[in-house]
Amino acid sequence: MLAEALFFSAVLFAIGVVGVLTRRNAIIVFMCVELMLNAVNLTFVAFAQAYGVAGQVFVFFVMTVAAAEAAVGLAIIIALFRHRQTIDLEHINILKG
Amino acid sequence: MLLLAQAAAAADSLATHPLQGTVARWLWAVPMLPLLGFVLNGALSLFSAYHVGPADPSAAGHDHADHVAHVDHADHAAAGHDDDHHPVVRHRFAALSSIIGPGVLLLAFALVAAIWAAMRSAGGGAIEAPYVQRYFSWIAAGDLHIDAAFQLDQLSMLMMLVITGVGTLIHVFSVGYMRDDPGYPRYFAYLNLFVFFMLLLVLGASYPLLFIGWEGVGVCSYLLIGFWFSDKANADAGKKAFIANRVGDAGFLIAMFLLFSNLHTLSFTGVHAAAGGLGFDSALVTTICLFLFVGCAGKSAQIPLYVWLPDAMAGPTPVSALIHAATMVTAGVYLVARSSFLFSMAPVAQIVVVMIGALTAIFAASIGLKQWDIKKVLAYSTISQLGYMFVGVGSGAYVAGVFHLVTHAFFKALLFLGSGSVIFAMHAAYHHTGSHEDAQDMRNMGGLRRMLPVTWILMWIATLAISGVPPFAGFFSKDEILGSVFARAQHSTIADASLLGISGSAWLYAAYVLGVAAAFMTAVYMTRLMLYTFHGPNRTGEREREHLHEAPWIMTGPLVVLGLLSVVGGWLNLPSFASMLGSVGGLERWLDPVVGAATAQTVAGAAETSPGLEYGLVGFAVLIALAGILFAVARLKPERLPTKAQAGPERGFARVLEHKYYVDEIYDDAVVQPIVKTSRGLLWRGVDVGLIDGAMVRGSAWLTRFVGWIGSEFQSGQLGTYAWVLVAGVLVVLGAFTIR
Repeated sequence: MLAEALFFSAVLFAIGVVGVLTRRNAIIVFMCVELMLNAVNLTFVAFAQAYGVAGQVFVFFVMTVAAAEAAVGLAIIIALFRHRQTIDLEHINILKG
Repeated sequence: MLLLAQAAAAADSLATHPLQGTVARWLWAVPMLPLLGFVLNGALSLFSAYHVGPADPSAAGHDHADHVAHVDHADHAAAGHDDDHHPVVRHRFAALSSIIGPGVLLLAFALVAAIWAAMRSAGGGAIEAPYVQRYFSWIAAGDLHIDAAFQLDQLSMLMMLVITGVGTLIHVFSVGYMRDDPGYPRYFAYLNLFVFFMLLLVLGASYPLLFIGWEGVGVCSYLLIGFWFSDKANADAGKKAFIANRVGDAGFLIAMFLLFSNLHTLSFTGVHAAAGGLGFDSALVTTICLFLFVGCAGKSAQIPLYVWLPDAMAGPTPVSALIHAATMVTAGVYLVARSSFLFSMAPVAQIVVVMIGALTAIFAASIGLKQWDIKKVLAYSTISQLGYMFVGVGSGAYVAGVFHLVTHAFFKALLFLGSGSVIFAMHAAYHHTGSHEDAQDMRNMGGLRRMLPVTWILMWIATLAISGVPPFAGFFSKDEILGSVFARAQHSTIADASLLGISGSAWLYAAYVLGVAAAFMTAVYMTRLMLYTFHGPNRTGEREREHLHEAPWIMTGPLVVLGLLSVVGGWLNLPSFASMLGSVGGLERWLDPVVGAATAQTVAGAAETSPGLEYGLVGFAVLIALAGILFAVARLKPERLPTKAQAGPERGFARVLEHKYYVDEIYDDAVVQPIVKTSRGLLWRGVDVGLIDGAMVRGSAWLTRFVGWIGSEFQSGQLGTYAWVLVAGVLVVLGAFTIR
């Protein structure tokens, strides 16, 4: 049971990583980050099944942070769009020396 | 100063020495007095020369002619043709400096005389051990322990008497000579500082302390040669003296390093006690002595480092008298006498010293034959006489060398001050008429005996003394040197040694012949100087002639005293054949504890020279001197001498002599120019601009910027790239953990 759960969460995490690396739309990248977070959450839950409830506490914690992050992240993306009329990450590169 | 006094008192209570508890406990005050003079005069010199209010009453009208001179001077300045190298502006504190400058010297001399009297009553030449006054530990580093301590023995006593005695006279002379110079307090500050360092040199109880004085007098010499530094030639002469001396000092330093690394001590008493371990005639002791002599050659102007002394005449004339004739340049002779126990162990080094001295004596004397500048003649004469002193101390006749040092201090100071008096008169005369003629060129003098009778008589006394005419001072000392060399050529440790395959005996005979030839030339060039300066018709100029007059008494007074000393100086150490004149060999008995053992080692138990031979040598020397004077009188015709402006160029060997054998030119081509060229081409353009500025300064800046550029290229602002790098990094870390 544990092995399957871990395998599943690994696949989910990899999909998230590939999405972050390859996609250029900021919202999709953002969603892929969420996917990675939830893949980790699944891992925590799976381990909690075997070793006790401490892992479940972490899941709640991650979900809280992810919610806050989603709020801030989406706000930034909206602000970006208003400012530059695009959310294509290729064109958002002013953070450089 | 209080500290020194307390330390001296403490040292005095510990030591058991005949001088303990006498006036000698004030020894520390002897150099401190001139130092005090330096501080006071130096403070005065910080004030500007110009009067703020009405003229100082003591400065004006002490002499009617002087007053006229001032009026005239103002006229010339207005007419705009006064390009004199020092404007006549008397310093507003001149009167104060005139008291402080010579005053501290007079006090020092009085103290030295009192200590001398105490020393005489405590046994004089019978006091075996030096009286050492230790003040504090100066350097303590590992094995090296150097105390700040003064050592009083018969040799340093004699040197102190000469320095403070002749020094006082020259300071007094300077009051008249330099009075109208705007830098008057500065002049006395330097002169006082010089005397301080010179006393430190002769009183220091160890080589490093001697070296401090040695360097200090070098600095003062530099400062005083370039006293009128606004003229570039004077400043250059000062630099030349300083640099030539540094070459010698490097040798002195190496000698000290060798002494310390082998004997682990540098105090005179310590080195003296341990020197026996170096081994007679060993390579080590010879090397040490030769390096010491390199230092002496620099300071005492011997071949090949003598070139600075003639240029040093750029300084004021009393400076030439005090520093570049009577005291500082004899420091090398003092050093050899002080290290007599080392030199007597190194006969090969002694041969070198004697030969360098003899060659310098004849070389410089021959140049003196054809110089026209009155001070240049005396400068080459000084070099030549220093050569004699080295012949003396080099041949182990330390007493004779030091004796000549003392008598030379008297008559050469007199000659220089006399020439100063002449230049003073010439300068004043040319100043009156605003002429640009050379006040130091003998071709512009002539017939001055009528205008400067006192200077004329006194300079003749000095001339006879330096030429070696009995009974004047130089006769006894020069004769003793030549006699000692001759005696040692017959039998001594030096005669038994050999250099370059030639026996020491042959070298010493050669030195004797060179010395006699140089004595002949000495008589010739000195008589030439006297004839051209004081005899024949006057060539100064029609308008200037009436303004030539004798210097004031403050200048002629010291001359008279020196004249007296030049006459009686020989009584210090009368030879046995002159026993009817007084007690024989006074100086020899006096210096016996210092150099007696070393002299005995060199003489190696040889019998006294037979009276017949001695009379023969003396008679020969006198004959040579008289022949030189008569030769000059017969050959030179002051009546027919053209003035400097009319004189044509010399021809033949005379031209070579007039150009001083072109030594300055040779040094310039062989040493100065290569250094300048290497410095310009390699050191400046190559090392400084290329390596330091180019490769290191600019190069390091370029490297920093390049590394920064590489770093900045990673920050593209592309989130995708960042993510890729992040993931790659995670994979690498994970991979590393997994593989492990």
